[in-house]
Amino acid sequence: MKSKLNLIGLGMILPVLLIAIWEAAARLGWIESYLLPAPTVVIESIIEMAQEGTLWAHVSITLYRVGAGFLIGTAAAVFIGAAVGYFKKAEHLLDPILQAFRSIPSLAWVPLFLLWMGIGEPSKVTLIAVGVFFPVYLNIVSGIQGVDRKLIEVGKVYHFNSLQLVRRIILPASLPSFLVGIRSGLGLGWMFVVAAELLGASEGLGYLLVLGQNTSSPELIIASIILFAALGKGTDALLKSIESRSLKWQDNLQNAQ
Amino acid sequence: MLTVKKASRLFKDGAAGFKNITFTVQKGEIVGILGTSGCGKSTLLRVLSGLDHADSGTIHLNDGSPSGAGVIFQEPRLMPWLSVEDNVLFGFKNPSKYRKQAAHYLSLVGLSEFAGALPRDLSGGMAQRTAIARALASQPSVLLLDEPFSALDAFTKMQLQDLLLDIWQEEKTTMVMVTHDIDEALHVCDRVIVLSGQPGEIAAEFKISQPKPRSRSDLSLATYKEKIFSILEYSNTGLQKYSVR
Ligand SMILES: Nc1ncnc2c1ncn2[C@@H]1O[C@H](COP(=O)(O)OP(=O)(O)O)[C@@H](O)[C@H]1O
Ligand SMILES: [Mg+2]
Repeated sequence: MKSKLNLIGLGMILPVLLIAIWEAAARLGWIESYLLPAPTVVIESIIEMAQEGTLWAHVSITLYRVGAGFLIGTAAAVFIGAAVGYFKKAEHLLDPILQAFRSIPSLAWVPLFLLWMGIGEPSKVTLIAVGVFFPVYLNIVSGIQGVDRKLIEVGKVYHFNSLQLVRRIILPASLPSFLVGIRSGLGLGWMFVVAAELLGASEGLGYLLVLGQNTSSPELIIASIILFAALGKGTDALLKSIESRSLKWQDNLQNAQ
Repeated sequence: MLTVKKASRLFKDGAAGFKNITFTVQKGEIVGILGTSGCGKSTLLRVLSGLDHADSGTIHLNDGSPSGAGVIFQEPRLMPWLSVEDNVLFGFKNPSKYRKQAAHYLSLVGLSEFAGALPRDLSGGMAQRTAIARALASQPSVLLLDEPFSALDAFTKMQLQDLLLDIWQEEKTTMVMVTHDIDEALHVCDRVIVLSGQPGEIAAEFKISQPKPRSRSDLSLATYKEKIFSILEYSNTGLQKYSVR
């Protein structure tokens, strides 16, 4: 316990030092405050927004976009990925075209989505869903195809039908790779929400970035960056805790006491 | 009980697998299939278990039991995400209703205390015991074993052979055991079928009438061992001459 605290303390030294230097530099006027305001100014602006009530509005709309895009992208990836991983025919039918789509940098879709769906929520959520889809899809397919044939034979000995094989062997066996997929999918979701909100939004953390640039208020930009970092880290930690709880059975380095 | 008639399953243009195998297994009998590696023993067992099909011939499992054959593979093949108990109940649609059964078979293989353990915490012998309990739990009419102990150390191996005999004493399970270990076959089986050649064919059949459990130092078994050994050696000499050149 004590050594763990020591380790955390060790990791804190540099950040604390940097923030102190930054604060001092801003206060002493070494850096222009219109370029880089002091950390306390950034914190103050966050608190101010929180008191006005706008902070929650921005955070919640961004969370909604990431959440909706993540769910849609993951759901599509689960269905299509399961089919492609399990049925050879589906693989031959779907995988080539999906691989072709994957080679399009996802941000290149933005103009098309804006043209089709306008500047509202659907185009943003779609963009995020597309970003989330691919890592989840790829990991599900490789997870399913990597399931040990020998375990599947055990199911066959008991005359399991396809559904039972999927539910009782293939799903649990491919869970680790699925969880890797949704974690990297979520990471991409956060990246794409920034892109979507930069390109046209009147609310959201990404909009704060644009607003900060247009009104020359760097504290807004930095506040938004910090909030993005905190939310991204927080949601990833959530998935990570689900992961480590559902994968206790794995015989790997992480689970070694 | 189990009747196999002129069954063949060939691979590689008829250069591997087994052919023209005929034998029957009576209820409560332990039959050993003995042969050198590559003579199609695993293939035969896979065909018997329904994991593979015969090219020709018939396989008949006549009995009243709902589940056909139980299989014990060379590796335990446990589901790593399930506890030992849930692994034992893996064949059941609704495992939570059959805790009693699981407890019975776990105690039969001496693993009662490990019901809640995960496979990653088991030794090789314990994992294979779990696999035995899993195969027994579905009350198969015949238990098929494919070199079940060949990956274990000599001591654990003997323990599990004796465990298998204890289980047989208690449940009179019909078994077909594939092995390449002559001593194992002579210690456990009522009848030994020797396969040789590639594809494997039946070269000989021995009835071992000494009552079980047998002593491992039983001299009367040594004559069988010698005979079986000479058959296997003879069937291999052709190959060896070929490979020396
Ligand atoms: N599905 C298959 N396709 C092609 N060859 C196979 C297949 N299964 C087994 N064989 C071949 O059949 C031979 C006998 O295999 P096996 O039954 O495993 O022998 P044993 O268990 O007696 O060592 C091996 O040479 C193997 O390569
Ligand atoms: Mg084999």
